[in-house]
Order: sequence, then C-alpha cells, then structure tokens
Amino acid sequence: MKAKHQRLTLALLALAAIVGAGVIAMFGLKSQASFFCAPSDFGGEDCQKDKPLRLGGMVVDKSIVKMTDGVTIRFVVSDTVKTVPVVFKGITPDLFKEKSGVVAEGKMGADGVFVAETILAKHDENYMPPQMAGKMGKPEMMNQ
Amino acid sequence: MIAEAGHALLWIATVLALLQLGFGIAALRQKAGFADSVRPIAVVQGLVAALSFLCLIVAFLTTDLSLMLVVQNSHPDKPWLYKFAGTWGNHEGSMLLWVTVLAMAGSAVALFERRLSRESLIATLASQAAIALGFYAFLLFASNPFARIFPVPQTGQGLNPLLQDPGLAFHPPTLYFGYVGMSIAFSFAVGALVTREVGPVFARAMRPWVLIAWIFLTLGITAGSYWAYYELGWGGWWFWDPVENASLMPWLATTALLHSVTVLATRNGLRAWTIMLAVVAFSMSMVGTFLVRSGILTSVHSFAVDPKRGAFILALLTIYIGGAMALFALRVGTVREGSQFEPVSREGALVANNLLLSIILAVVFFGTLYPLVAESITGDKLSIGAPYFNKAAGPVALLLVVIMAAGPLMRWRREDAASIVRRLALPIFISSMTLAGVLVWADQIKILPMLGLILALGVAAASVAPLWKRNLRRTPLFTWGMVVAHLGIAISLAGMANESAFTKETLAAVRIGESRSVGPWSVTLKDVNPVAGPNWTALEALMEAQRGSQVLLELPQARTFATPPTETNEAAIHTAIDGQLYLVLGKQQPDGRWQIRMWWKPFVTLIWAGGILVALGGFLALLGRMRREYRKEVLA
Repeated sequence: MKAKHQRLTLALLALAAIVGAGVIAMFGLKSQASFFCAPSDFGGEDCQKDKPLRLGGMVVDKSIVKMTDGVTIRFVVSDTVKTVPVVFKGITPDLFKEKSGVVAEGKMGADGVFVAETILAKHDENYMPPQMAGKMGKPEMMNQ
Repeated sequence: MIAEAGHALLWIATVLALLQLGFGIAALRQKAGFADSVRPIAVVQGLVAALSFLCLIVAFLTTDLSLMLVVQNSHPDKPWLYKFAGTWGNHEGSMLLWVTVLAMAGSAVALFERRLSRESLIATLASQAAIALGFYAFLLFASNPFARIFPVPQTGQGLNPLLQDPGLAFHPPTLYFGYVGMSIAFSFAVGALVTREVGPVFARAMRPWVLIAWIFLTLGITAGSYWAYYELGWGGWWFWDPVENASLMPWLATTALLHSVTVLATRNGLRAWTIMLAVVAFSMSMVGTFLVRSGILTSVHSFAVDPKRGAFILALLTIYIGGAMALFALRVGTVREGSQFEPVSREGALVANNLLLSIILAVVFFGTLYPLVAESITGDKLSIGAPYFNKAAGPVALLLVVIMAAGPLMRWRREDAASIVRRLALPIFISSMTLAGVLVWADQIKILPMLGLILALGVAAASVAPLWKRNLRRTPLFTWGMVVAHLGIAISLAGMANESAFTKETLAAVRIGESRSVGPWSVTLKDVNPVAGPNWTALEALMEAQRGSQVLLELPQARTFATPPTETNEAAIHTAIDGQLYLVLGKQQPDGRWQIRMWWKPFVTLIWAGGILVALGGFLALLGRMRREYRKEVLA
C-alpha cells in the first residue's frame, strides 16, 4: 500500500466509523427515547401505549392504596385536567406522598393503568424535576 | 480575613496566568528575554492557586459563616471529614479545585519536562495558561467561592446527605485529576502543532500525562460506580446517568489516545490521528465539566441551577475546542505521513481499537446530548435510558474486547493471520467450553450477558498470553502493565455479565420474626430499632442472613437528616467470596409489616476489582516508561 493511500484509507475508515455510530445512535434513539407525558398528553403522538414513558403529575389526595402483599401500591396521578391510575411494586421514595409531585417511569398498559417500574427519587423537598415544573406551568414550585 | 487572602491569591494567580500566556507568545515570536521567565511563572502560578484553595479549606474547617459558600453547604455540627470534603462538594469549591489541579499540573510540566524542544515547551505552557485563564475568569466573575454574606447567619444549611460519605472525599478530586491531566495532553498537542514538531519525541513527552489522566479517570469511574451502588440503595452499579456518561466519555477518548500515542512513540505512525484524539479527549473533559457544572441536567449529581454559569462554560468550551480544531485544520497539512503497516498487524489492531472506541464514544455522546438538544429545539421532554446504551454500545464493546485479546499477540508492521489464530487456540477453546457450559446450565439468560460470560474467560486467558514463554523477570514493566490492564477489563466484564445474568431480587413486606429467601440466602427480620448518629437519626433493622451453616447479622438503616431535612437508605452489604448480599430496609406499613428489598449478586465485586486492576496496569506502565526514560537519561 502506498503512503498516501494509507492515510486516505484511515481517514475514510474513521469517517465510516463515525457515520456508522451516527446511524446506530439514530435508530436506537428513535426506538428507545422515552417521552415525558402528563396525564392529558395520552393519546397524542409521543405518549402511546406500550412505549417506555415518564409520567409526571401530582399524586391525587387519598388515592394511594396499598395492596395486601405490602409492596404493591396503586395511586392516581393528575395534571388538574385528566387523571391516570398507576400501579407500582417496590419501595417508594421517601418524599412520595399524596398532594405532591411525582415522576414515574414505565409503560401505559392496554387497560389504561400505567405500570411504573421506577418512581423517581427526589433528593430533597425543594426538588422538582424541571420537566414537571415546565409541564405543569408552575415554575414557582421549584423554590417553594 | 482568610477569605480576603484566598480571593487576593486567586487574582494573583490570574495575573500570573496572563503573564505566562503573554510571555509565551512573545517568546515564540522570537522576542528576546521572555523565554526564560515562562517556566518560573508557571511554577509560581501553580503554587499561588494551591494556596488560594488552601484558604477555602481552612474556611470550611473552621466553618467561617461569613462566607456565603460555607453557609450554603456546611454546618458547625458536621463531622470534620465532611467539613473538609465539603470544600469541593459544591459548585464554586469544586471549580476552584479544578483550576488548582490544572495550575499545579502546569507547574509539574514546567519543572520536570526535559525532552521537548524549548519552543514546544513554551507553546505548551502558553496553551495551559490560556485554559487556566478561562477558568480563573469563570471563578472570579461567575462563581466566586470567597463571596461574603451579611449579616452573618447563626448557622449553616448543611451538606446534601447523599454527599456525606467518605466516597465524596475522593471521588470528585480523582475525576478532576483525570480531566485536568487531559488538559496537559491537549496543551502538548497544541504546542506540537504550533511548533510543527509532531513526532515520537512529542508522543513520549505526552504519554505519561495521558497515562496519569487515564489512571485517575479509571479510578474515578470505578469509585463513582461503587459509591452509587452502595449509597443510592437501588442495587445498580451503572445507571447511564448523564453525569456518569460525563466521566465515561473522556475515559473512552483517553483510552483511544493512550493506544494511538503508543503507535506514534514506538512506530512513528498515526500522527495526525493522535493529535486529533488529544483534542477530542480534552473536549470530552470540557463537555463533562459543562454537563456536571452548568446545571443543565436533571440528574442526581447536578446541584447547580444558574444559566449564567452554563453559558460561561459553554463559551469557554467553544473557544478552546473551536480554537484547537481550527489550529488542527490549518496545520494538519504540515504533519508528515507516518510509517506504514499492513492491515493485519499490531498497528492494525490498535487502529481497530481506536475506531471501535470512537464508535462507542459517539453512541454515548449522542445518547447523552440528544435529550438536551431535542428539548432546546422542539421543546419535547424525553429521556434516554439504559436500553438504548446497552443495545447500541454493548455489541461494539464486546467486539472491542475480542480485538483486545488478539492485538497484543500481533507483531508490529505485519502479522500472519493464521499464526494469530494458532496463538489464540487456548482462549478460543476456553470460550467454546464456556459457551457449552452456558448452553447447558444457563440457557435462559439474555444475549449480551451470555456473550459477556463466554468472552470473559477466553479474553482473560488471552490477556496473559503475551507473557507466555517469556522470562518474567526480564519482561519490561510496561508489558506487565498492559497485561494487568487487559486482564482487569476481562475480570470486570466477567463481573458485569454475572451480575446481569444471575442477580436474584426479593421485595417483600414482613413482620418481625418472618423470613424470606433471596438466591441461596434465607433472611430473617429480627428487630427494628431507632439509632442516632452525629447529625442524623435512623431506623436500624437487625437482619439475620443464613446460607448453609453460615449465619450473618446485618444492620441496614433508613436515615433521616435534620439539615437539610432528607432521608437516605444505608444498605447493608455483605461481601462473600462468590458475590454480595445487599439488604435495604424500606418503610413500615400501617399493618406493622416492614418493607425489605434484598439482592443476591453473584461475583458483582469483580466489576470494581477489574477496574482497580485496569488502573494498576496503567500505573505499572507509567512506572515502566519513567524508569526507561530515567535510565536513558543517566546513560546518555
């Protein structure tokens, strides 16, 4: 192989690698991106059933019900317009309570119940995920 | 008083950096009389920055409540270790640490670098001063750690309890050493481009810094992973959190650079590519700093919320990376072609290593930044999680591990493909046996962990193969370093594959006296009692874990901190020879039952043991190179 060819080959290989990575990333991002949805977003383009999603809103007062196994709970999330029932199996974060904000990761089931795999931990009582503050139109909640 | 001293020292360091840059440029323009002063200025600048940081440490240790930063992040009742570590457990303090390390690394270059030509060294120090200058400006104008507060409050607001952990004392500084080490490599690259001296001498001067940065990044990532694992109480060891990615991206780029700089130093090849990688690696450090420090993310680690700072770091990032790329574009034509090699050769394998690492880097980069870009353009709020990263980066990483097994067994310049297969016969045999074993005993597991298991043992065997039939006492230290580091990767891979394939989890609500099983263990909740620590109270469970004749007593806690009011879980982790038992105490139900969450994670410790081996390999290589350089100097 001639000298110039080698450098050219390497440059082309590098280019191909980056383009390849871009293609891998694009397909992956398209299928795996999970959107942030408020209860009234369901049915829209980004918030479909059986897709990984983040559901955000307020836990409705007196809606938390504990199942008999002691580790499964049901509750209702509201964005003041619509509500979505949620089921979650696991230990809830410390600041998860009624009448306060929550972000749940999971999928919307065919029966209209959101099955949460994780409930996002808030690390102090002032914290509010920016996505939520934006979606709920209440930025002042960040500094309450 | 101490605050004024620290503030003044910071200004002095800034002026010195300005002089260092100015004199450096003047010296490169052949102005007489400037060249000799650049080195001493660089040394003093590092000392002054260190003194300034020392002032902040003293302010934290004495809880000087007239300082805004101390009020916001400390409290007189904190244990002294967290007062000390709290110095950099916040935005301003950690940026001061960043620039201190940067300046001191510059001092070290000025003191010890003897191989480079005088011009290249001056250009390197000038570039280093330019980087420092940006960060001094950032500290002085956008995040002054020495800002006062008046009237002086009675007490401080405390430190985030998640950060009150010995891990904090070491994790951020370790990563910063890594980030900043890359700035030195970057400055060397800029220096070599400016003076058109890209060659083996430059590569040998740059290599120790790349190694140091890489060792610290490896340790920082390993420690951070273990910290998140035991402190968050979620049982996971890698979350693909943007802040974790912020440390992984520089590591990937630095790993690539480490391998290409070897080709340049040994074979005088891959010149332009090595320079490019040095620029990319430092860019990734800057991107990492930007992600962590700008408050742009919504993750556990990002505590800063101030758009002005984000804009400032983004501007710095654009100037440095843009400037370096422009310089590269202008000068790449003057970088002469390196020496030749066949596709199947040690160089060929290293090129493949570089390409695959670049692909992984790009995949992680896109995945980390896509949500941010998407939100700023379309307003869509979305998140990219583990499924994307595992699917997109996992297979490439496994392919890379295969290349890693074969590469060190190849000769430079040209290698016969058939003889490589012969040399890999034993590893291939071991991997096939693992494959058979997995198919017989564990055919339920997912494809990635399965491939990981199959590869790990074979790759471990291939990693030590370069020592085969060698006189071990006469084998150079840097060859040992390579073997140990590659072995570490194989061991870490084995841990990851075992953890994701065979972890057992139990989540239950139990009354005191009841038992549940997890994997081979039977765990009984014996009692729950209140306990108190220096600045927290907790509910502590007494759990009895039994496996065969072995009985353990474990004490997981649910802690409540007063300042700021927060609750955390302290998991109880028992390390056995074949894995870890991980116990978390949850909440009490209205009916009196306690939630408990338990994991049995076979061989999970191998993940971090492997990481430590990788860093140790880097350290041996560094030692070996330095010893050889030293001998050359003595003999010459």
